[in-house]
Amino acid sequence: MKSSSLPLTEISMAKGAADALERAGFSRRTFIKGTGALIVSFSMGGALRTLGARQTRAGAFGENPAADSPPTVEVDSWLAIGSDGTVTAYTGKEELGQGMSTAQTQLVAEELCVPFERVKLIVADTSLTPDQGVTSGSQSHPANFNHANLAGACATAREALLQLGSKRLNIPVEELVAVDGTIRSKSDATKKVAYADLVAGKKFDIKVDPAAKRKPASEWTVLGKPIGRPDMAQMATGTFEYVHNVRVPGMLHGMVVRPAAVGANLMDVDESSVSGMPGFVKVVVKKNFVGVVAEKNWQAVQIARALKVTWSNAPELPKQETFYDHLRNQKPTRDTMSVNSKDVDEKLASAATVVKATYYHPYQMHGSVGSSCAVADVQGDKATVWSPTQGVWHQRATLAMLLNLKPENVRVIFRRGSGCYGINGADAVTYDAALLSQAVGKPVRIQLTRKDEMAWENYGFAFTIDERAGLDAQGNIIAWDHEAWAPVLGNRPVYTYPGNVITGFLAGFQPEEFRPRSPAPEPAAFSNNANAVPSYVVGHVGGADHGAGTIKSERVLLHNVVSPFWTGPLRSPQRLQNTFAHESFMDELAARVKADPVEFRLRHLSAQRMVDVVKATAKAANWDARPSPRPRPAAADGVVSGRGISCVAYEGDNGFSAMVAEVEVELATGKLSVKRLVVSIDAGPISNPDGLRNQSEGGALQGTSRALGEEVTWDDHNVTSIDWRTYHSLPLGFAVPKVEVVLLNRPDVPATGAGETAITVVAGAIGNAIFDATGARIRQVPFTPERIKAALAG
Amino acid sequence: MSLISLKVNGQTHSFDLDPTTPLLYVLSDDLGLRGPKFGCGLGQCGSCTVLVKGQAVRSCITAVEAVQGLEIVTLEGLGTVDKPHPIQKAFIEEQAAQCGYCLNGVILTAKAFLDRNPKATEAEIQVGMSRVLCRCFTHTRMLRAIGRAKQEMAR
Repeated sequence: MKSSSLPLTEISMAKGAADALERAGFSRRTFIKGTGALIVSFSMGGALRTLGARQTRAGAFGENPAADSPPTVEVDSWLAIGSDGTVTAYTGKEELGQGMSTAQTQLVAEELCVPFERVKLIVADTSLTPDQGVTSGSQSHPANFNHANLAGACATAREALLQLGSKRLNIPVEELVAVDGTIRSKSDATKKVAYADLVAGKKFDIKVDPAAKRKPASEWTVLGKPIGRPDMAQMATGTFEYVHNVRVPGMLHGMVVRPAAVGANLMDVDESSVSGMPGFVKVVVKKNFVGVVAEKNWQAVQIARALKVTWSNAPELPKQETFYDHLRNQKPTRDTMSVNSKDVDEKLASAATVVKATYYHPYQMHGSVGSSCAVADVQGDKATVWSPTQGVWHQRATLAMLLNLKPENVRVIFRRGSGCYGINGADAVTYDAALLSQAVGKPVRIQLTRKDEMAWENYGFAFTIDERAGLDAQGNIIAWDHEAWAPVLGNRPVYTYPGNVITGFLAGFQPEEFRPRSPAPEPAAFSNNANAVPSYVVGHVGGADHGAGTIKSERVLLHNVVSPFWTGPLRSPQRLQNTFAHESFMDELAARVKADPVEFRLRHLSAQRMVDVVKATAKAANWDARPSPRPRPAAADGVVSGRGISCVAYEGDNGFSAMVAEVEVELATGKLSVKRLVVSIDAGPISNPDGLRNQSEGGALQGTSRALGEEVTWDDHNVTSIDWRTYHSLPLGFAVPKVEVVLLNRPDVPATGAGETAITVVAGAIGNAIFDATGARIRQVPFTPERIKAALAG
Repeated sequence: MSLISLKVNGQTHSFDLDPTTPLLYVLSDDLGLRGPKFGCGLGQCGSCTVLVKGQAVRSCITAVEAVQGLEIVTLEGLGTVDKPHPIQKAFIEEQAAQCGYCLNGVILTAKAFLDRNPKATEAEIQVGMSRVLCRCFTHTRMLRAIGRAKQEMAR
């Protein structure tokens, strides 16, 4: 190995670990060997790291990258062109199973005018790729497909290649075109030069130019096409390497022993209870963290089960039966005001009708089908981890804190896990693996038990939401008042809070401090990141309207309180819960004035893209325009049917979606069948229509599962949703509704996210369809038969 | 500890281990197979499914001693990237996955079901798949792929 230029060599790994890496194709040397490329853009970074030097901090999209990240302003941080014409692209936006790697490969191929197959994408490795924060929040497209970062680098590189080609061919740039990895004359195809001949062996050494011209969507030949995922065949044949399949020579196996109750402290560990068991290596204790290491995986499972651990008593958890009121009555609170026109009370007092309703949403979990797994190799003052984390640089910084190592001595390599949908156990299990490995000085793999995954993850937020609106005599909404309570504890660990997830906390780190704040400061800038602001208000902040609607009198207030359980982003965090409340309430208002729910929405919307998705959905669903509830036919078999609509401007401006749901309800039992879901999505220019469809179909059905069955439950001391019998996910065999996706392509606007848009509107659409069918309003998720039956009776 | 002999994807392997060890651990850790996966360890989700004498079996709760000498086929034993089995091909063509972690259990459960019920209706297929979980909810595509595989396998 030519050590001088390889970041790999800075980190001493177990014998064979480097080889394992290389087999997986992720070492720098492999690129050089495989492609003949001499461009080693991070050899400089590596050298700087060795010398302890620091590069200039560069701003990635919405993030503050680590100081020694490949600078996001440099083209070389994103791209390298090999002597065989292969393009290697580096991205911090991961493949979480949603097709992002395919779309990003299309982007690079398109902008650089090379065939799709000639692009090799390197994803999230702190030794190789730029710090792009976390892959989350529907931000991968906004970050990498508009004008900065990966897209900007590709466009800049293409323009640079045209300039270089112009010099080489002695032809003006205007008469040149980039095609198939070459620059050639527009008029004479024989006059051409390959990229490799222009740049291979050299760095670009230029800054990403945000003004570099992107190829217009009308000229796309690779982007915009439904290219199949290259990883699909490997997944279908059992050859794809998930983090669960990473094997490092000399690797041991770990398991953890979590507290006997939420908030319990470790009193005693009796190592003699397991030290004689086959394969026993070590019991590892750090404050309240307890784990075991064994030679083999099954041995570790058995040892963890057998280990005698004594825990202190813990305070009782708040009762689940009264939890939603508990939220409302908690002190202290941290209050956030999103909009406040300061005339809401006055307008409500003058309204012809005031409507009020309260909605409840439970804690829900990510519940990855494969429990979280990681492999760590911590030796001396160096560490390498293979992690399914959503943010390798974040993970690196917090691992360094946890292990008391220098961040630059920690390498985090992303390996895909089971679909995460947000912060599942990925970060916690990486800490688990690292703590165990550090204690034994050898590589350790750990995959959590089902219970350890489910009982201790960072749940999606529970919510209690009060909605209040005033209607004028003509049936128009004149004021909207929203007040919500949501519990928080921990979060993503970001760069400084290992204690934001269970393992870091058990090992002695505190979660990010809860900072009470009441009353809320007046909003200084508009943000609808949580979709707390309904689509139907003007969103007036700082002298301008930012909302999607027409209602001028508006107030949106959130009270965060301390959660007894860990919380964190779960697909469409807060946005799904708030949208359920807004869209159900909008339906209640429409019903109150006997308006058609589609017409009533359109009447209060101003944003054209919202209007368009609502209309497109209604049209595709062949919407039956009339007020809800549906006049009840004499249903001989006691089954009634209905339809409902719901829509969202995701985060205000990060994608638009509407859904029509058609349901049947069995009146005697409350049994609900979702028959059909029609969902429209506008995510800007479509990178890959099949990928977008797949995301929307999955969002529609995952949203159905969350609306119909998913709820975290607990008793006095513990979470009781600990497997698939106690947490209800709709299996493959449930009566799957017909899902129809309508894609609205917008080639001329910036790209938005698409992974969380469809799921956001599902509960509202289904709840509204239940109302349409039965006349009964269901205001609490999940819509279990018991709750529907109770609503029918009440 | 005892000597256990397993026939996996046509090859026989011998192990000296605790005979109650779940089959999954031997397949993953001793044979390094990537198809069968740990999902729940409780036989609830299907990620660990393998075929034993053509039947879909949950390897996370099946002791190795119970399947000694029996024909065990894992996802990688069904077909390869270059030569996928018709049911694998159907999933690739339908792009019927997101994260793909559950795919092992989905494909093998469907394979075992279709082998026994080659003329199953859509509704019967849904019942046949009712104990398999996909948390990305790629259900629509997966059921379409199974329908497609049914046609292919009938030829």
